[in-house]
Amino acid sequence: MTFTNSAELLSFHWMAYTIYSALIISVIVWFGYNLTREEKAKSIVRIPFYTYMGFLVAMGVGHHIFTYNTIPWVSQDITRHNIAPDATYTFEVEDHKWINMPKKVEVQCGQTIEFDVRSRDLVYGFGLFRQDGSMVMQMQVNPGTDVNGILDPNDILWTFNHNGVFDVISTEYSGPDAYDEHTGKDLMFVKNFVEVVGCKPEGGKI
Amino acid sequence: MSMIKNLISGTNFDHTNLNALQKVTLRAVVMSFLFYGLVAAEGMIMRMVQMGPTNPLPEMFAHPDHYFSIMTVHPIVGIFGSTYQLVFAAFMFLVPFLTKKPLYSVKLANYVWGLITLGTVLAWLAAFFWQYAPLYTLYWPLPADTAQFNALGGIVFILGVALIMLGTLGFIYNIYATIFQKVGVHANKTTKELLISGFGIDGMLNLWHKLTGRTPYSKEPALALPVVAIFRGTVDTFLDAIVILGAGILILVYLLFDLGGHPLDVASIDALLYKNYFWWGLDLVADGLVLIYVAGSWYLLATLITGQKLFMENVARAALMLELLVSWMVWSHHLLADQGQPEMMKLISGEMVTAFELLTQGLALFITLVTLWKARPLKMTMELKYLLGGLVGFGLAVPAAIIQADMGMNRVLHNTQWIIGAHVHIALIVGLYMTLYSAVYVLWPIVTNNTKLYSAKLSNAHFWLHLLGGIGMGAFMGMAGLEGMLRRHLYVDGEFNTWMILAAISGTMLLVAWFLFLLNIVMSVGIKGLVGIFLPAKDPTASYGIEPETIAQNHKE
Repeated sequence: MTFTNSAELLSFHWMAYTIYSALIISVIVWFGYNLTREEKAKSIVRIPFYTYMGFLVAMGVGHHIFTYNTIPWVSQDITRHNIAPDATYTFEVEDHKWINMPKKVEVQCGQTIEFDVRSRDLVYGFGLFRQDGSMVMQMQVNPGTDVNGILDPNDILWTFNHNGVFDVISTEYSGPDAYDEHTGKDLMFVKNFVEVVGCKPEGGKI
Repeated sequence: MSMIKNLISGTNFDHTNLNALQKVTLRAVVMSFLFYGLVAAEGMIMRMVQMGPTNPLPEMFAHPDHYFSIMTVHPIVGIFGSTYQLVFAAFMFLVPFLTKKPLYSVKLANYVWGLITLGTVLAWLAAFFWQYAPLYTLYWPLPADTAQFNALGGIVFILGVALIMLGTLGFIYNIYATIFQKVGVHANKTTKELLISGFGIDGMLNLWHKLTGRTPYSKEPALALPVVAIFRGTVDTFLDAIVILGAGILILVYLLFDLGGHPLDVASIDALLYKNYFWWGLDLVADGLVLIYVAGSWYLLATLITGQKLFMENVARAALMLELLVSWMVWSHHLLADQGQPEMMKLISGEMVTAFELLTQGLALFITLVTLWKARPLKMTMELKYLLGGLVGFGLAVPAAIIQADMGMNRVLHNTQWIIGAHVHIALIVGLYMTLYSAVYVLWPIVTNNTKLYSAKLSNAHFWLHLLGGIGMGAFMGMAGLEGMLRRHLYVDGEFNTWMILAAISGTMLLVAWFLFLLNIVMSVGIKGLVGIFLPAKDPTASYGIEPETIAQNHKE
């Protein structure tokens, strides 16, 4: 099982967490109801203490093992400095404006792209969003320089497996000047920044 | 006529019979619930703005400076003005109550609620008049960005936060000074014995002795388990106050220099290092004192409701120590989207140690449930209802936290409404507040000298509206987050309209719930009683349930 993009992952997450929520609420409701009954409730299942604790440990650790093995961007992110991207786009941001940002990034299906965004003043964010508003990915963009005065990188590698046109939104608040004073429109919003082509309708290379 | 009588005089509440400890407790509780109303109204404004052009609010609320100034003070008023006040009030009453000793200083307790109230008001005014809006995260160098914010507004805001932290330090001093007082049952205890008990080492030693077949290290621990939780949680409260004060001083220096015409270079401070420092401290609130205080409150409520000993008390004592250590090492889960953060820190602190919270909070849930279960059948009282509501809240919010504290999930959840809705708001509104409401109902007869509550129907209506409104709001915000809605972003076109309308309806339920609760309290104590709470107490006793002579004698000893 592998999630090829965030949409698949978030759908799975939505379903799994909803089921869990219904379960935990039901357990407490059942528990509360039986607390008040004169007649002793029959245990549906006896859970020994150490089994319960073992279950919690397994869930806490197992969750990360599961995501590491099913979400491809985790290992890619950890080892990104050893991976050669198909293309790199480096640009900056200052005073709530993107600087030297390419007008459009065209990506062939399956390509791995590096985005390296550097801030000259504040903390910003860099996120790609689908046309329906859902998030593809994002990272924080911290300001700072090295000892030679070169801006610190904020780099992310991303492999695109699905066709689509993605917008850019700064995912971190950088003050009210990021918006139009009167209309409230996001001034850092970039429409149709990335276009991915060449994938099958269900994702993956043709 | 009866309603008017109740409104003015209450049921059978007599403020003149309250002692100094009861009065100072009630003062902070009153301020806490007033701030709760303010924070609920602020939340509703933000929710309605996010509904887009269809929202009925005046246009000014959608202006970014106005909107984000509300977003900046919302957590300050909610966390410090309301939650801190309520928790501090409860604990400054409970520690004397449980240790059978007087509070170290009622005067200091009065300063605590006064300073927190004043500080919260100042921070709020800074946002209201100057639209100072760096958000509670205060990511460097935004709070010192005088191109966007008025320096004077920033100074007032920081002074407000500093006053809150000074009040917090006052609370900490009062708690520890009370615990270490050598009076009453602790007249013959040494500081070492109290420290060993406070840190739960006696619980660990008892477990070790049991495993090695020896007699228990301590059959009767010096401190009751809830006091141990308060002792431990207050360590994090202290560290957090120091970090926030430190950040405040840094910002204040920059703003003062700017105001004096000699601006300092903001690039001198490394933004990522600052984030690490600030999140280490701020996370001690969320993952430290809140979880430890809540676990202690559950244990106390379970024992008071059932009248029985806590199940697995030694394990609970030892787990509180583990929770303290865990809380110091989990801050990196806030920095999983920061590419400059070392991967090992993300992995160990952000993921693995954070996952331990599932264990510690799961243990607290288990112990509380078994303690209740062993005492059944129980009457479904208001305090039991709220306690179960609190368990549901953390049962939902803690796993949500573990899910998002993952390098894979965080890439698509960080800074979305999922974080603030499904995790933070459910943890605070459902988990924490319902636990606190349970404590309010347990302590009500003790703190008010058996004042009859005006209406059980209002209490029930409050419970259901709060529970359903809280879960609903968190869930709908969370669903919007899964569809890409950011948490610190202004949407003016109603992009996530459906979820925001549903969240606003749930928020309205919360606001109505608060109003019904307040109405019930006002009708019980009356306006005269409410005013009387703030008048000086005739009885200066700083304890509850102990003969004043005993205290006086102990003090002499």
